[in-house]
Amino acid sequence: MRKSIKFTLNGRPVALDTDDGRTLLWVLRTDLDLTGTKYGCGEGICGACTVAVDGTAVRSCQTSLAAIENKKVVTIEGLEHGGNLHPLQQAFIDQGGFQCGYCTSGMLMNAWALLQKQPHPSHAAIVDEMNSNLCRCGAHQRIVAAIEQASKSGGAR
Amino acid sequence: MTTRSSSPLRGIDRRSFCKLLGGGIVVLVTARPAELFAQQRRRGYPEDLNAYLRIDENGRVTIFSGKIEMGQGVQTSLAQMAAEELGVGLDSVNMVMGDTDLCPWDQGTHGSMSTRFFGPAVRAAAAEARTVLMNLAAQKLGTPRGKLVVDNGVVSNGSQKVTYGELAKGKRIARLVDEKAVLRSVGEFKLIGTAPKRLDGREKVSGRAKYAGDVRLPGMLYARLLRPPVHGATRKSLDTSKAKELPGVTVVEKGDLVAVLHADPERAAAALKLVKAEWEKPAAAFDTESVHDYLVKNAGEGEAHVSRGNVASVIDGGSARVIRSTFRTGYLAHAPIEPHSAVAEWKDGRLTAWIGTQGPFQARTRIAETLGLDEKSVRVITPFVGGGFGGKSPAPQGVEAAQLAQMTGKPVMVMFTRGEEFFFDTFGPAAVVKINSAIDGAGKITAWDYHVYAAGERSAEPPYDIANVSLKSYAARNSATGARIHPFATGPWRAPGAGTNVFARESQIDIMAAAAKVDPLEFRLRNTSDPQLIRALKTVADAFGWKPGAGPSGQGRAIACSIDAGTYCAMAAEVAVDRKTGAINVKRVVAAQDMGLVINPVGAKMQMEGCITMGQGYVLSEELNFRGGDILDRNFDTYELPRFAGVPRIETLLIANERLAPQGGGEPAIVPVGAVIANAVFDATGVRMFRLPMTPARVLAAMKA
Repeated sequence: MRKSIKFTLNGRPVALDTDDGRTLLWVLRTDLDLTGTKYGCGEGICGACTVAVDGTAVRSCQTSLAAIENKKVVTIEGLEHGGNLHPLQQAFIDQGGFQCGYCTSGMLMNAWALLQKQPHPSHAAIVDEMNSNLCRCGAHQRIVAAIEQASKSGGAR
Repeated sequence: MTTRSSSPLRGIDRRSFCKLLGGGIVVLVTARPAELFAQQRRRGYPEDLNAYLRIDENGRVTIFSGKIEMGQGVQTSLAQMAAEELGVGLDSVNMVMGDTDLCPWDQGTHGSMSTRFFGPAVRAAAAEARTVLMNLAAQKLGTPRGKLVVDNGVVSNGSQKVTYGELAKGKRIARLVDEKAVLRSVGEFKLIGTAPKRLDGREKVSGRAKYAGDVRLPGMLYARLLRPPVHGATRKSLDTSKAKELPGVTVVEKGDLVAVLHADPERAAAALKLVKAEWEKPAAAFDTESVHDYLVKNAGEGEAHVSRGNVASVIDGGSARVIRSTFRTGYLAHAPIEPHSAVAEWKDGRLTAWIGTQGPFQARTRIAETLGLDEKSVRVITPFVGGGFGGKSPAPQGVEAAQLAQMTGKPVMVMFTRGEEFFFDTFGPAAVVKINSAIDGAGKITAWDYHVYAAGERSAEPPYDIANVSLKSYAARNSATGARIHPFATGPWRAPGAGTNVFARESQIDIMAAAAKVDPLEFRLRNTSDPQLIRALKTVADAFGWKPGAGPSGQGRAIACSIDAGTYCAMAAEVAVDRKTGAINVKRVVAAQDMGLVINPVGAKMQMEGCITMGQGYVLSEELNFRGGDILDRNFDTYELPRFAGVPRIETLLIANERLAPQGGGEPAIVPVGAVIANAVFDATGVRMFRLPMTPARVLAAMKA
């Protein structure tokens, strides 16, 4: 259904006049030109499209615009502040928590949402939470190390 | 000179090429490794230049490379090599990769070859550039070259300084290097052997890194294509009328190419659902379970790759202890998280395509052929590639986007859905290995009779001292008709065939060690005299804390080794097997690798960890389910990649061997993963697994048998 949809995107208000049945992933990637959020499987299995809605990690390929009305959406483009990387982003660089980089946005957003809820998760809690996101290059061990580093350096900002 | 275009330097119009690159100092390298040279000549490619490097008046260095970055970190390691030879900081180096207008022709990024074969060219170009700059500096400062030192792009004679940028300013110097340049030696290295932060880090953690699917052009349409339900199907009818009724939809029909296009990718997907087609499907000849028998039954004469001594006399002689085994592996999907994506634009009689591919120059050729264009009229630009593993060497989506851009006159994006990605993958082939081997009373291998079906012979040759060896490789072609047996496309999958061959060989070695009641490490050492292999085995055993003893010990510990892409890898693992479910828990993997001179140790270790992690997939869970041309796995719900919870503790060691030139790094450590885990399962349970993947059901069945 075509209507005016309002939500907050990376701290800024957005109003879109469009079909509210459209999928958040593709609205981000087309209308809003935010291509950091990736298509990976289209069925919510791989997690490459993960964004945060009201602080909770969701699969944007399974989320309609109607579902985010009046909510706060954070994408990978929203993690930096004033040109400074978020401690979690810096930790991914420091620990080498990526190779091809395609799953990285989803990994970061999933980890970011985890640290919002649980600033100092155990190793087991990190593995458990990240288990739903797929990485094909095999950066897993370093991604966990990066989340642990960010947790220690106040990554829950 | 042939008329076929291969790079902007065809015809060696260096003057206009240097104009294209801009002013400053340009170095072109023809010196290329003999192996690549021979390969290119054999395939009929023109002998061309191999690397370009430019230093501009700001002192910035740009490397132009036909290689692509797909996560393996070569963007950083190539820049490191250039910066080392030039004497500049890494932050002064820009990399331009995979652009067919700007970069020298390249055979594609695969086979762990970038550092091994392209690295020397980059180093030679940089070393030559340094010589040019030092000569200029000597003139300018009036100081003999030998008295000058360079640091971070600044040349000094002690009292005066001049920067590379100042030296390059206003110059138009082109140098062609056709001999081996004098390279810096190990003792002089400042950057080689260090682990600077990757050049692509900031872009990749911020979402700014651009992949082909992120390219946005004004007026761009998203295309969805009609696909057959199974491989080999023939279309009997087509009705696109309903799709045409949707506002904003463009429908293209040309032979087998049927596409719907829309400015909104979701509308394009909705329109495709309205396209109706009927298909005739071929009967399935075999499926996931019957493929192995089919491969062996239909294989033709094998090709002998090694034939030494008299295998038959030992195997059939009756005096030696003979062990006969058959090993099987399934089809493997590459399954990069980035699906095949491309954008093409047709403008002013020229086609430009941004393609996520491992072979930009090969994609250019295919596009030119398909569209009936001269290669000069096609430019392929390769943004970051979101994983390849061999699966992105062909780029069918690039050809489709190019065709649709030409037909519609608009920029067109083709991004495979995950279902298309699984359907059109060039799967790593299912394979069979049969081994008959013999040991004597002293625990020495006396004969090795090896037959590999469909996997090829990469890494198959045993690194052991065996007097009687026969190694035959059988292609997956029907013996009567010569037709390909596989019902869908197959192709290289990270270290093609090597994982299968080493799974079989190193399992068989373990079987023999157990039969001889000899510790599996001791058995390997007893049967090889290769000093690099011995060192790798001893290094990994030390790091692992190997406790000698014949298997099975009940502890779930094992060892395996391989030589691939010039690199030696020895691996030890510890597993636990759940006797109720058959599930294998890989607790720890330790790997020691001798890859010669290491350019970037952290980058090398990341590749090893990636190999070991990816290896958990083909060893424990990954196998394509199919029935004839019907692909039954179309997403990650049934085709299971390794996940965080399944990743073992991984420890990697690099064996110092700086006198050996850099060897392969992207593939070798995935090669022994199957064998080391199968051997550890045997050590834990006494049960031998002959088929990958070792799913819980198969382990359970083997334990009950």
